[in-house]
Parts: sequence; structure tokens; C-alpha cells
Amino acid sequence: MEATRSIFFENYGVSTKDLESYLDAALERGGDYADIYFERKINYSIVFEERIVKTATKAVNVGVGIRVISGEKTGYAYSDDLDRNKILKAARTAAFIASSSAEGGRVGINAPSVNENSLYSVQLLSTDIGIQQKIALLKEADQAARAFDPRISQVQASYIDETKHVLIVSSSGRCVWDVQPLVRLNVSCIAEENGQRQSGYQGGGGRRSLDIFTDDLNPRAIACEAARQAVLQLNAVEAPAGPMEVVLGNGWPGILLHEAIGHGLEADFNRKQTSAFSGLVGKTVASELCTVVDDGTIPFRRGSLNIDDEGNPTRNTVLIEKGVLQGYLQDHLSSKLMNAPVTGNGRRQGYDNIPIPRMTNTFMMAGESAPEDIIRSVKKGLYAVHFGGGQVDITSGKFVFSASEAYLIEDGKITAPVKGATLIGDGPTVLREVTMVGSDLKLDQGVGICGKEGQTVPVSVGLPTIKIREITVGGTEK
Amino acid sequence: MTAELKDTAEYVVRRAIAKGASEADTFIREDENFEVSVRLGDVETLKESVSRGLRLRVFAGKRTATSQTSDLSPAVLDSLVDETVEMAQLTSADESGGLPEITASVSDLPDLQLADPTWNSFTPEQRIDWARRAEAAAMKTDSRITNSEGGSFSYERSRTVLANTRGFLGEYEGTGGYVVATPVARSSEGMQRDYWLSIARFQNELQSPEAVGQQAANRTLRRLGARKVRTCEAPVIFDPLTARTIVSHVFQACSGDAVYRRSSFLIDQIGKKVAAPQVTIVDNARLIRGLGSSPFDDEGVPSQLTPIIENGVLQNYLHSSYTARKLNARPTGNGSRTGAGSVSVGPTNFYLTPGKVGPEEIIATVKSGLYVFELIGHGVNAVTGDYSRGVVGMWIEDGKFAFPVQEVTIAGNLRQMLNDIEIVGNDPAFLGPVSAPTLKIRKMVISGE
Repeated sequence: MEATRSIFFENYGVSTKDLESYLDAALERGGDYADIYFERKINYSIVFEERIVKTATKAVNVGVGIRVISGEKTGYAYSDDLDRNKILKAARTAAFIASSSAEGGRVGINAPSVNENSLYSVQLLSTDIGIQQKIALLKEADQAARAFDPRISQVQASYIDETKHVLIVSSSGRCVWDVQPLVRLNVSCIAEENGQRQSGYQGGGGRRSLDIFTDDLNPRAIACEAARQAVLQLNAVEAPAGPMEVVLGNGWPGILLHEAIGHGLEADFNRKQTSAFSGLVGKTVASELCTVVDDGTIPFRRGSLNIDDEGNPTRNTVLIEKGVLQGYLQDHLSSKLMNAPVTGNGRRQGYDNIPIPRMTNTFMMAGESAPEDIIRSVKKGLYAVHFGGGQVDITSGKFVFSASEAYLIEDGKITAPVKGATLIGDGPTVLREVTMVGSDLKLDQGVGICGKEGQTVPVSVGLPTIKIREITVGGTEK
Repeated sequence: MTAELKDTAEYVVRRAIAKGASEADTFIREDENFEVSVRLGDVETLKESVSRGLRLRVFAGKRTATSQTSDLSPAVLDSLVDETVEMAQLTSADESGGLPEITASVSDLPDLQLADPTWNSFTPEQRIDWARRAEAAAMKTDSRITNSEGGSFSYERSRTVLANTRGFLGEYEGTGGYVVATPVARSSEGMQRDYWLSIARFQNELQSPEAVGQQAANRTLRRLGARKVRTCEAPVIFDPLTARTIVSHVFQACSGDAVYRRSSFLIDQIGKKVAAPQVTIVDNARLIRGLGSSPFDDEGVPSQLTPIIENGVLQNYLHSSYTARKLNARPTGNGSRTGAGSVSVGPTNFYLTPGKVGPEEIIATVKSGLYVFELIGHGVNAVTGDYSRGVVGMWIEDGKFAFPVQEVTIAGNLRQMLNDIEIVGNDPAFLGPVSAPTLKIRKMVISGE
């Protein structure tokens, strides 16, 4: 059952008249634009460890953030109390940024509407399901991981879910709302043998309810994958050091795109000319085998949104087409100042943060090579299939991402597993070195967390198997 | 306002008992924030707020559940307390669970000088001016500073209240401010960005915005023209900013949470040599005006000074009341409530004590090696200590800086790295709860061309 009105009208007594008065207050010093973001977020989390339910947690966070834009300036204030006077005070605090003597004038807003897209409508929200069912998932994962191999000595399985209600109104008359579900299951394992210990991790989830944990994402599959990685690492050899040919597996290794080019194409850095990609639109930044998109409209994906956190619909934005840079990921402010269309990438961690341009689901389109042929074509190289995380310096363009499962390739065959190693490269040039693109595009399993300016948001990445002619591998074996 | 928070805290734990909990504690924090950023001379963002958060932990015998809310309205609190008590019935009995046996004596708390009253006279206009001056100082340092990600100033005042059902009711206040500049430099070889900041609880302990801006500019300028080096093995010097991260890995490895989960490279090592003899590390919650100081931890356990490594020998792990029971040790006052869930182990002021050698002297000892001032990526395996991270720094030839370096990695293993610390500098930078001086490591593998 889809509710017909946002909870902020139903349960918190917010009225259209109130909203108009808040916007009036926000613009009373003559700002160009104001918006208000109401948020209520409920989370449940459960930790299962040492074969018992260690703890169960509920979190309730409610608040409202008010933003006023005047030229390039942004004023922001928030309140975790939805009392009328507190919101008015926040609106006047945010208004302080604007110094124009111009009269604000009355603002009128449209009838509230839920977005037509429905990328993640669910029958029963996870936060409305009792914790026993969630505990059952964790028990299943714990047992599967322990049964996988006798060398598995520690298992931690955790579950977290979220239901986020948002209501966004702006001085342009917009009044939209959305209900955003999110679930995730994580398993980490320690394997021990002969005094040596290694760890493995796997997670999965998306914008759905508990029914997502079937097929590839069933607790058993997630747990066995974590256990497999831990055991595998017990036999890992030292990773090589130096530049070499690298094959990235499909799925989560798409983190390459997120770090190497995604952040550098966020509009704020380009508007300020501080990105290594500034001024490169229309230029070749990748081999013609590469087409890269950011698509916030994939049903049930972790990075998907019906509307972004400024109320704009998300969409599929082509970042690189056949090697040529097409454009940037825009939010409201940068699109205005750069005179470019919004792309629905204005996102924020919560009501206490200013929205900024962010990625959603970022991936490379499939190519034509068979993955086996890609491996077979490498004489001596590294095959990296699982990664921990990554980071980029936007300005110099240098980025890293850390392989947690990788193998040597010798004479076209996958051989010994190697210890974790960081791969380092240059964002604007690394994709020029892509020499083969596989036909096996896959998105990750729904675990991505992206951090920028102290704000984290859920994202997804994806990649087909690809071959990079040369990238520096940071191991210890010279 | 504080009286109101104390009333709320006492009310919440009383209600938990009334609803069937055997024990409970609650931690409330109220934060007042002011943040301004200036870019190219104009205010870019101005953010102001007062926010509150309540964390509750209840026990039903040896079972536990926790909750957190930003909504302190009576109806929400009542239903959250009730649901938390209900959830506690559904978790498992855990022998190590429960409130701490010993809590601080609230009538006899040390004065750690955590709050500076003079912030009240530091006006919003002055705060904006500091952000502007920091950026302006960076911009005028050199003509190659052509752009900026801005100058910022931030101020925070917080009040913490903690109550439990054994009668503990404590509170303290803290203040802090920082000023930061992030300039961008350009040359024919590309663009570079770096930053510098000054952070302190007391306003008069902050560096001047001019000093911060100039240092940020110099840090940025020295990166221009950075290039790769050939893959090799060589000595590596970490500046105080990057040396902190090594010390933070030691913290992670010594936290009771990691130790009982066996996910630390330092388990089963108490009393053993884990680092070079010149390495001494402490966790000191009683540092006057320390950024990580507090009179009691987030469970009410008295804070203390805990030796971690003394002359290379591992002395103690750090504990919450839970990990202490679990590992048969005493709580060390490191219970931390940052997330919504169970109490974890956090650092207070966790630092490597300085040695006697200045950074220039340390650099002079290196014939050919790398001086590191930025680390990127997450390539540290807490379980094995395997280490591989991206770096930016300076190549050293014959004891002097030769040229800037980027797009290379350094790799090794933390166990070996700690034992290979050859020289400890005399220049600690206290930029957060974890700190360290310059450190020289005998050798690591540098991967580049």
C-alpha cells in the first residue's frame, strides 16, 4: 500500500501554509532561491557474533534543513525539532547569508506530489518487520560461514536497514516527497591456520525489503563468499611491486571508475576549476572501448533514487561515450552557475548537510570480449577481482584502490593468489590504457559507501571484465 | 539547558526500569555548531545549528539492546524506551554484558580545562574574518597559487550528560575551533592542492589565520612537478601528519574490540617486544586541554592514563567495560558511543611520545629515500598488519629534498614497520586525538615506475 501523503503532513502536522511561511522567512533578506528538506530516518541494526545476538539497535532521526542561495553563497541551518518556531528561526538564520535589500515577496508552492517513478516500492518496509526475521537471516549466515571450512574461527554477521522519508519544497514551487528503503547484510570472517590469521568480507543489499536476500544475495551465499576469501588468503603470496598489465574482474572492481573519473566529474570541482578534468569536455580521456554512465534509475539498486535530495528526478547521465568526455554530474547550484542542465545528482547525508554533486550507480557499458579471452591474452599480469576501498585526489587526479583478492596471471592462466595491494594511477589517463572490455557487465552487490566533504551516501558501481595495459601495483615483491 | 538534559536522562533510565529492564544507561549530547567557508574572498557557505542526540542502552539480565534518537520529544522518547526494552528480550544472554562496576565520583572530577569561556566574545564577524584571512594569506604567498578550495573556520560547543540506573549522573562541557586553508597551485606540470589547519579547545591556542594560510600554501607549492620514482627499497620518513596514521593503526590493533575478535595484528603480545626501543605510546585522557580528554568515558568509567607501548614493549590493550570483562582486564575508560549501537573502544589522547631529534636532522640521515606527507587509500589489513598505500612526498638525495613524488605506493607490514622505527622526532603535531612526531622507518618497498 502506497501512502497518498507524506508522513510530514500526516504525522507531523506540516501544512502547505507552514511551508510557504518558512520559504518566505528564508527569502526575507532577498536570497535567489531557498529549499527545505524534511527527513525522518528509522534504522534497525543487529550484530550476531560468537554465535549469539550481541545487540539490537533502533535509531530514529528527524530533522529539517533550510538552505538559502544568493549568487554563489549558500546559507544553511537545520533543526532536529519540527516545532514551527524552531523551523522559522532556522529559516532566518539561513537567510542571513543574503545581504540584498530586495524584498523577498510571497512564495507559492505546488500541490504536494510523490514522484511518478517508483524504483523501489516494496510491499512491507523492512523497518516494519520484527527483528526475529532479521535475526534468522544472521543465524543462517553464521552457520553457513562456520560450515564452509574448519579453519573459519570467527564470524561476525550484521544486518542494517533504513526507511527514509523525505519532503522537499523549494521557492520555485516544488513540493515532492519520497520513501526510500535500504537494507544490507554483512559477513566478515577470520580464518586461522598454523598461527596465521586472515580475514574475508562480503556484503549485499539494496533499496528493497528482506525479500532481497534470496538467490545471489541469500545469507548463505554472502557468508560462504566471506569465508572463501578468508581461507584463500591463508595461501596468498606477496603481491608484486611495479607497473604491470592488470585485468579487473566484473562488478565491484568498478570502484576504479568511481575513483578515477567519477569524483573528478562532479560539477562543483569543475565549476571551481580545481578538478584534473576541468575543461576536458569533448576531449578524449579514455580508449574508444569505454562508455561510462551514472544511472540513478535502476530499480532496487543501492545508489538509485526516485528524486535526488534537491527534489530533481534522477536519470541516466553519459559521462564518457566511446572515450570522449561528455559532461558533469550536476546539482542545483552548479547547474545554475555553469548554465548546464541538472542531472539529479544533488545528494546529502541528511538534513544536517548541504547537498552537493554526488554519484549514484556508476558503471562501464559492456564490450565484446569474452572474459576468458581477456585472461588468456595476458602473459604476465595481475587479475584483481575484489577490492576494499579507494580514494582520489581530485586536483592532481591521482587515485588508488586496494585489491583484497587478486591473483597472478602467468602465460594466460590464473595462478597464485596474492596478498592485498594498492593500485595507483592517474584519473584522466588510466582509461586510455584500457585495451579490452568484456561482455560481462555486472553491478556490485549493494555495499558501496561514498564519502565526500564529511558526508557519506550509498552508491553502486559496476564493470565488465577489463584489461588495462599498465598500472602501478603496490606490493612488496620487486 | 543542562538541567533539562539531566532531567531527560534520569527520566529515560527510570522509564526503562519501569518497563522491565534490569539496568540502563543513557548518553545525551547537545552540540552548538558554527561553520563558515570563504572562497576567493567571498563567503561561500555559512552553517549554524544546535542539535541533540540521545543514546540509550538497556539490559534485561545479560541481554542488551540500544537505541539512538535526535528527536527528544516526550512521545518519541517514551515509545523508543519501550521498544528498546522489548528488543532486549530478543537478543542473546552475554556473560560479559552489563554496566561498569566502577564509575567516576562526580563530586571529585578533575578540571581538564575542556571549555574556553572566551569563545563567547568571538563574534560571527570575527569567525568569518578568520576564514577569509586564512585563505587570503595562502593566496598571496606565491603567484603560482592560482585558485583555492577556500578557507574555513568552525566552532563547536558541546554538553555531555550521562546517567545510569546505579545512580551515576555526570556532565561536562567542551569547546573547540579550527581554522583551515586549502589552496590550489598550478604550473606547467599540472595542478596541486594541499591544506593546513590549526585546531584547539581554547581560542588563544589557535595558530593565526595568516600562519595557517602560509603553511597551507607552502605545503601545496612543494608538490608542484611531482613525479614517479623507480620501484625500489629505501628508508621512509613520515611527517607528523602521516605518522599519526601509523599510530592510529596501533590504536586499532590495541582496542579490546579488535583483540577479542582476533582481528588485530597485536593479539597475544602483552609483555612482548612489538616495536623499536625508542617507541613509547600512551593513551592519556587526562591531558589538560587535550582534544581527546574527558573526565569520564561514555559509560561513566573514570578516565586515566594507560601505557600502551613502553620502550618497544606492549603493556596494555584499551577497554570498555564489556571488552575488559571479556578479556579479563580492567576497564581503561575508553568506552565510546559514536554510533547508535553498542559501546565500542575509542582513543582519548593516543600519542607516540616525542624523541629528541629535529625533522631536518632526521632527513639528513637519509642518503636516498622518501619523505611522506600524504597517504591515500585504505590498504591496511588490521588482521595481518599488511600495509600498502598511495603516497605523496619528497625524494631525498644526500640528506636533502631533491624533488616531489606522487603516484607511487609504499608497502610493508606494520609489525615490521614498528620494529623498524629508527628515529623518533621531537615535533609532535596535536591535530586530533591521535598524534605523533616525525618517524623514520629503516626501509619499505616503494612501487613506482
